[in-house]
Amino acid sequence: MSVTTRGALPGGAYDVTVIGAGVVGSAIARELARLPLRIALLDASDDVGDGTSKANTAILHTGFDAVPGSLESRLVRDGSRRLAAYAAENGIPVEPLGALLVAWDGEQHAALPSLAAKAGRNGYHDARIVTAEEVRSREPHLGPGVLGALDVPGESVICPWTTTLAYATQAVRAGVDLHLNCRVDAVTSGDPHLLATGRGPLRTRHLVNAAGLYADEIDRLLGHDDFTVTPRRGQLVVFDALARDLVRHILLPVPGALGKGVLVAPTVHGKVMLGPTAEDLDDKTATGSTAEGLALLREKGRRILPALLDEEVTAVYAGLRAATGSEDYAIRAHPAQRYVTVGGIRSTGLTASMAIAAHVVDLLAEGGLPTSGAEDLEPLRMPNLGEAFPRPYRDAELIASDPEYGRIVCHCERVTRGEIRDALASTVPPGSLDGLRRRTRARAGRCQGFHCGAEVRALLESKARP
Amino acid sequence: MNTTDRRVDVLVIGAGPAGLALAARAARAGAGRVEVLERDQQPGGVPRHCHHGGFGSPPRPWLHGPEYARRAVTAALDAGVALRTGVTATGWAGPLTLETTSPAGLERITARAVVLATGARERPRSARLVPGTRPAGVLTTGELQRSLHAYAQPAGRRAVLVGAEPVSRHAARALRRAGTQAVAMLTEHPRGTALPGVPLLTRTTVTALHGRGRLTGVAVRHQDGRAGVIACDTVVFTGDWIPDHELARRGGITLDPGTRGPCVDPAFRTTTPGVFAIGNALHGAEPAATAAAEGTAAAPAVLAHLTGTPWPTPGPRLLPESPLTWITPNHLPTPATRPLLLRATTPLPTPLLQAHQDGRPLWHHRFPTHVPPSRSLHLPPGWTRRIDGEGGPVILSVS
Repeated sequence: MSVTTRGALPGGAYDVTVIGAGVVGSAIARELARLPLRIALLDASDDVGDGTSKANTAILHTGFDAVPGSLESRLVRDGSRRLAAYAAENGIPVEPLGALLVAWDGEQHAALPSLAAKAGRNGYHDARIVTAEEVRSREPHLGPGVLGALDVPGESVICPWTTTLAYATQAVRAGVDLHLNCRVDAVTSGDPHLLATGRGPLRTRHLVNAAGLYADEIDRLLGHDDFTVTPRRGQLVVFDALARDLVRHILLPVPGALGKGVLVAPTVHGKVMLGPTAEDLDDKTATGSTAEGLALLREKGRRILPALLDEEVTAVYAGLRAATGSEDYAIRAHPAQRYVTVGGIRSTGLTASMAIAAHVVDLLAEGGLPTSGAEDLEPLRMPNLGEAFPRPYRDAELIASDPEYGRIVCHCERVTRGEIRDALASTVPPGSLDGLRRRTRARAGRCQGFHCGAEVRALLESKARP
Repeated sequence: MNTTDRRVDVLVIGAGPAGLALAARAARAGAGRVEVLERDQQPGGVPRHCHHGGFGSPPRPWLHGPEYARRAVTAALDAGVALRTGVTATGWAGPLTLETTSPAGLERITARAVVLATGARERPRSARLVPGTRPAGVLTTGELQRSLHAYAQPAGRRAVLVGAEPVSRHAARALRRAGTQAVAMLTEHPRGTALPGVPLLTRTTVTALHGRGRLTGVAVRHQDGRAGVIACDTVVFTGDWIPDHELARRGGITLDPGTRGPCVDPAFRTTTPGVFAIGNALHGAEPAATAAAEGTAAAPAVLAHLTGTPWPTPGPRLLPESPLTWITPNHLPTPATRPLLLRATTPLPTPLLQAHQDGRPLWHHRFPTHVPPSRSLHLPPGWTRRIDGEGGPVILSVS
């Protein structure tokens, strides 16, 4: 069990190497960890889930609106069941709130029956059309002009940070080597493949490309030119916890000619999310927000939930989805090359992650990977970041056993010193304040560090200095 | 271990200047058990981190924040106040019952009078909707002062200060002492008060932050359209205060839309009988002396409540008209006895203030000075005797 962040990589050949420790790559590494194999998981960043995965809309989808018959439809449906069970077993917060696709004009209202029918073709049969009156009684703070909605009771919100971290933690504990700050610059295809990384060479018999935005570039290093990743920026605004009572469901837009549109959804961390925008860019590092994007979101948000705009904003961020121009995942096996590409994984990748992982292991088997002898992994108990579930600061017995869980450091999010200490000592420890935030919620609240920033930084740095 | 239930006479949330002053006075006047809860490990509030002079009333140039805070703590302790630090009030279990968390466990504390003295904070970058990347090196004055003074953390080499008001100057001085160059102060207003040697950019806003990992620059734009990027590795967002009103909101206490703090009458009574609010929890940043004066002034009303004085029904609301943005107190069931605090969103050159009720002029006064948006006007209270308690809202306007 090891996590490395610097220095040369271990010698000898790995059986499988997964490039990209996002939610999908980490899920694949976790699935592979069940096998008696030597496995590496690489990421260019200093943390797992630090790219597209951290800026996900955090919805555990039913897959009701996928393209029927597509690989995505199958994997989202399968993955949704798997992840819901996994989350319950391992302490990943999930809130089954249900979604309403709210129709604001005649065109959107007219589209509801076909969306319900499409849900059926995707194997989801619980969607039904509800009247404006019912929508209003279930969401009393909606703006005027609602004509009706499609009720999708199976949709949930989930913690994307804990999900990725749980996968990576379980993988590492089962023996996977996680190498961070380890960008892959070149690949010499062979048996084994030779990867040139920022931390030196790495040899591997089988290779999985789960590099997200960079999956097309890795693919080209292996001689394939199947698809091009166009970064599609999604800007999001997160409103303070005091806005949480304004909304009860995931409020999805009715998809129209101009794309999927802007949603309003509670987060499992007890806040309210507004977004995303959809902007096709060329720059795979353009994760900045823009004045135009924020103005657009505020305009949309004002229509959906007018009172929301009066609440304090705690976070503004932007994520890049790996759009490929195709309406399906670009998962391609190259058995002769002992290589699998997992490309074009969009927003649904979080939901589908475990199903993608199982599918990829099957594809690796086609390339000769021995997949017998799979064992169940030790379950985890991830620290609960969910607002709807007991948190340490409210747990009298826990505080009695360890007073550090009664010492609140981040007041807005009620994060205790005990939780920060645990995160710093965890299997996959944070390398930065952002990483610590994704593990504890420290500094994720309304004051953004006004009160606790210095103390949280001091705690992180005291750990960093050995 | 279960939750402990306790009862006290007066429970004050927050051991800053306002809470300590109220607790000290109430305890000295024989209010019974007066307990102050402070979520930080140390009492004293924001002044603890303000290493500059000018504290006290009248302001004393040699009196620095930490010393001022120490004196306030000592005064409260000498008065017999029970001061408990590292205790966070997390919510309400009844109209006058707070739930708390501390290393000693969970408690439910019921009081005969609850006083919210929870203070204020600066709006951070995200709340100001400043676009761009999310690099390190982006602070508020509060975080800067704590990192420099409580943790001796370095603050980069070149810093830009957003804001040009007293708190911005304090931030700039604190940076200088730490060896950081303050490369510019900027304000959207036509004037501001900078520090000698620090370029002041007026009518200027931040349009984006640049940098990955660490901040590399701040994009700015002047009202006339000129734009550029200032290279820096630190930016401090100063001012733009908002009361820490979470506890008040979670308790269902009516907030004033202008101040975003609890709506109070001249005796600092909120809309919930038995719950008072004082200090910067009411209105954002006022000097510590003002907050402490409010605490002291609220003590008699707290004592009166303990001896059975009935809670008044709300009186006529005070409504400031733009560019006036807020006023405290927020409604007047009885005439005010202390100055009213009033702020505007834009600078007011020698403003003429007027108060009307139902079209009837109550009062007018010209202030002979330039009033920046970072400073409150103190309105004399006498004219509030002319308010008709049965009448409509009182409109405050400026011309």
